[in-house]
Amino acid sequence: MKRFEDITAVAAPLMRNNIDTDAIIPSREISGISKAGLGEALFAGWRYGEPGSRKPRADFILNRAEYADAQVLLAGENFGCGSSREHAVWALQEWGFRAVIAPSFGAIFYANCIQNGLLPVVLDRVAVAHLAELSAQNPDKNLLALSLSKQTVMAGGEEFGFSLSATHKKMLLTGQDQIALTLELRAQILEFQKKDRRNRPWAYLQA
Amino acid sequence: MAPRSLFDKVWENHQVVPETADHPAVLYIDLHLIHEVTTPQAFDVLRARGLAVRRTDRIFATIDHSTPTGAPGADGSRPYGSDANRHQVEEMEKNCREHGIELHGWDSPLRGIVHVAGPESGRVHPGMTIVCGDSHTATHGAFGALAFGIGTTEVGHVLASQCLLQRRPKRMAVTIDGALAPGVSAKDMILAIIAKTGIHGGVGHVIEYRGEAVRALTMESRMTLCNMSIEAGARAGMVAPDDVTISWLRPHMSDMPEADFKRRAEAWLQLKGDDGAVFEKEVIIDAGAIAPMVTWGTNPGTAIGVDQPVPAADNDDDRQALEYMGIEAGKPLLGLPVKTVFIGSCTNGRLPDLEQVAAVLKGRSVHPGLRMLVVPGSEQTKRDAEAMGLDKIFMEAGAEWREAGCSMCLSMNGDIAPRGEVIVSTSNRNFVGRQGPGARTILASPATAAAAAVTGCVTDPRRLMGDSQ
Ligand code: SF4
Repeated sequence: MKRFEDITAVAAPLMRNNIDTDAIIPSREISGISKAGLGEALFAGWRYGEPGSRKPRADFILNRAEYADAQVLLAGENFGCGSSREHAVWALQEWGFRAVIAPSFGAIFYANCIQNGLLPVVLDRVAVAHLAELSAQNPDKNLLALSLSKQTVMAGGEEFGFSLSATHKKMLLTGQDQIALTLELRAQILEFQKKDRRNRPWAYLQA
Repeated sequence: MAPRSLFDKVWENHQVVPETADHPAVLYIDLHLIHEVTTPQAFDVLRARGLAVRRTDRIFATIDHSTPTGAPGADGSRPYGSDANRHQVEEMEKNCREHGIELHGWDSPLRGIVHVAGPESGRVHPGMTIVCGDSHTATHGAFGALAFGIGTTEVGHVLASQCLLQRRPKRMAVTIDGALAPGVSAKDMILAIIAKTGIHGGVGHVIEYRGEAVRALTMESRMTLCNMSIEAGARAGMVAPDDVTISWLRPHMSDMPEADFKRRAEAWLQLKGDDGAVFEKEVIIDAGAIAPMVTWGTNPGTAIGVDQPVPAADNDDDRQALEYMGIEAGKPLLGLPVKTVFIGSCTNGRLPDLEQVAAVLKGRSVHPGLRMLVVPGSEQTKRDAEAMGLDKIFMEAGAEWREAGCSMCLSMNGDIAPRGEVIVSTSNRNFVGRQGPGARTILASPATAAAAAVTGCVTDPRRLMGDSQ
C-alpha cells in the first residue's frame, strides 16, 4: 500500500449528499479483473454525455480545466454509501485523488479507503461547505493543504483539525499492510481454532 | 456477567484478539462467500505475494453478477452481455481451480445469487461469522449469524488468514410488534423500517430484529428483512434462531445424522440475547400499521405507503430526486405508468417471493407494452419453481422467465432498464442509474410489483388480491 504524504493541491467540490458507489463507478464499468483502467470510468454517469460513450460533458466539474489536477474531493454526507465495490476507491485514486473530505462516509467505503491509502477526512458540514465555496470561487488560489501527521486541513488562511483512529493513521503514514500483520498472528489463530473446537464442539460435527 | 445481546455473544465467540484502544479486534471468520466481481483483484494480491488460501473448506463460491439470464444456446453456450462479463466469470473459474476452491458454476444447482444460494447450500448456520465482498451479506443474519459486507482487499485478507480486523459496532434493536396485514410482506416491513430510521439510522450499528411480527416470519422473509439492513446504514442485521430456523435448516442439511443435527439445534436455540441486554439505540414499529410500500425517490429511505401522498420536497436532495424520478409531490404514486417490472434479487428472488407473484399473475396478463422479468435467485430456486409449474404461470401471463442471477438488480450483465421509464423492482436499491442510465426505480414487494405488471401502473396489490378471493 502507498504511504500517504502531505499534499497541497486543488480541491474539487462535488457537494451532493449520498453519493453512492454506483455513482462513483457504475456497475457497467466494473466487469474488469484488474485495478487498472478504472480512473476513466470514475463518475461515468455524470462525466460523459451518453452511457457507454466517453464524450465529456462540459458541465461536470471534473471535466473543467481548473480541476484537472485536483487531488482532493469535497463531497456531501454519506459519501461512498451503497455497494461494497472497492473499484470506487481504485477509480478515485487512478483519476488522481489522494483524499476525500466529507461530513460522513459509507462504512465499507471508508474501510476500503484506508486499505488503499486514500485518506478519508471527516469534517463537519459547515467546514466542508466553506472549503467547497473557497474552491468554487478560485480553485488555483485557494489550494488546500492536507497534513496527516498534524491531522489538519488548511485553506484560505483557515485551519480545521480532523480526527482519525490511531491504527488508521499509522497504516496510512507507514503504508503498513494489514494482511502481513495478521499473518504474523499465525500462532494465535491456531490457538483460537483449538479453543473454539473445545467451546463449540457442535459447530464441528460433519455430515 | 453483564447481560449480553445475540450480537455480543457471536462477536465474543470469534475474537482471536480482542480490540484495544489502539487496535481493532482480530475476528475469526467461519464462512466466506465469494463471487466473480469482487475477488479477481484479491486473488491477484495472493499471487503477487505467493500466499495460499488458508481454508478452502470455509468458502462458498459462485457466479452471479456478470452471468447472463438469457437461455443457453443449443450447444450449451451462454449469451454473455459482453466479453468483459465472460472474462470475469472465466477468471473466477480459473482462480477457484488454481486454489482448490469448489465453485458452484454453471452446472451446479447451487449456482446463483450468493445470498440466495449460500443459505440453500445448508452451510449458513446460527452463531457463525460470515463475510462476503458484497454489501448485502447481512442477509445471512436471518439465521442468527453475524454477517457483513467487506471490500476486496479485505476479501484477500480473509482468503489468506481466515481473519478480519474489525472495530466492534454498536447495538441497535428494531422491535416489530403486532402482525402484518394481509397483502403486506417482509419487504414492506423493511422499507417501513428504513423510512422510519432513515438511511443513516443504523450507521455504526448491528441491528437485532425482534418482536412478535419477526417471529411470525418465514426464513425467506427474515432474509428479506436482514438483507436491507445496509440500506439503513447498518453493518449487519440479525434475528435470533428459533424453531423456524431449525425447521428450515433440517432439510438443507439432510446429510447430517439426526443425532448430530439435534446437538447442533440445541446449541443454536441457546443463541439469543440475555434479558436486560443493552442496546445503544432502539426503534419500535407496529406491524399492523404497515401498508404495501413504494419508494418515490432515489434512496430506499423514501418509502411511503402505496396510498400515501409523496411528501413535498424541502431540500435539494429531495428536489433532485423528484426531478430524476419525474414524480410530483402531493399525491400518491397510484396510477403512475410503469414500463418494466423486475422480480428477483437477493432481497426477493426466493421461492415464496415467486409464489406471491404467481398468485397475482395467475389467470391474468401482463399489461400490453410492459416488460416483466422474473429472475430466480438461484438455479435451485428455478428448479423448485418449475416443479411447481410457476414458470408456466409467468410465461402464460406474458412475463419472461429467466436464468438465475443478479440481473437487473444492478444491470451489469446486459439486463438493463430503459432510460426515463419507470421500473417497479423487488430489488433493494433505487439509486440514480443503478438499473440502467436514467432508469427510474420504484422499490416494492413482489406482490406490489406483480400488481403493477398486470395493471401497467403503480397499484395497491390488495386490490387484485381481493379480486381473486
Ligand atoms: S442481487 Fe443485487 S444486491 Fe443482491 S448481490 Fe446481486 S447485485 Fe447485489
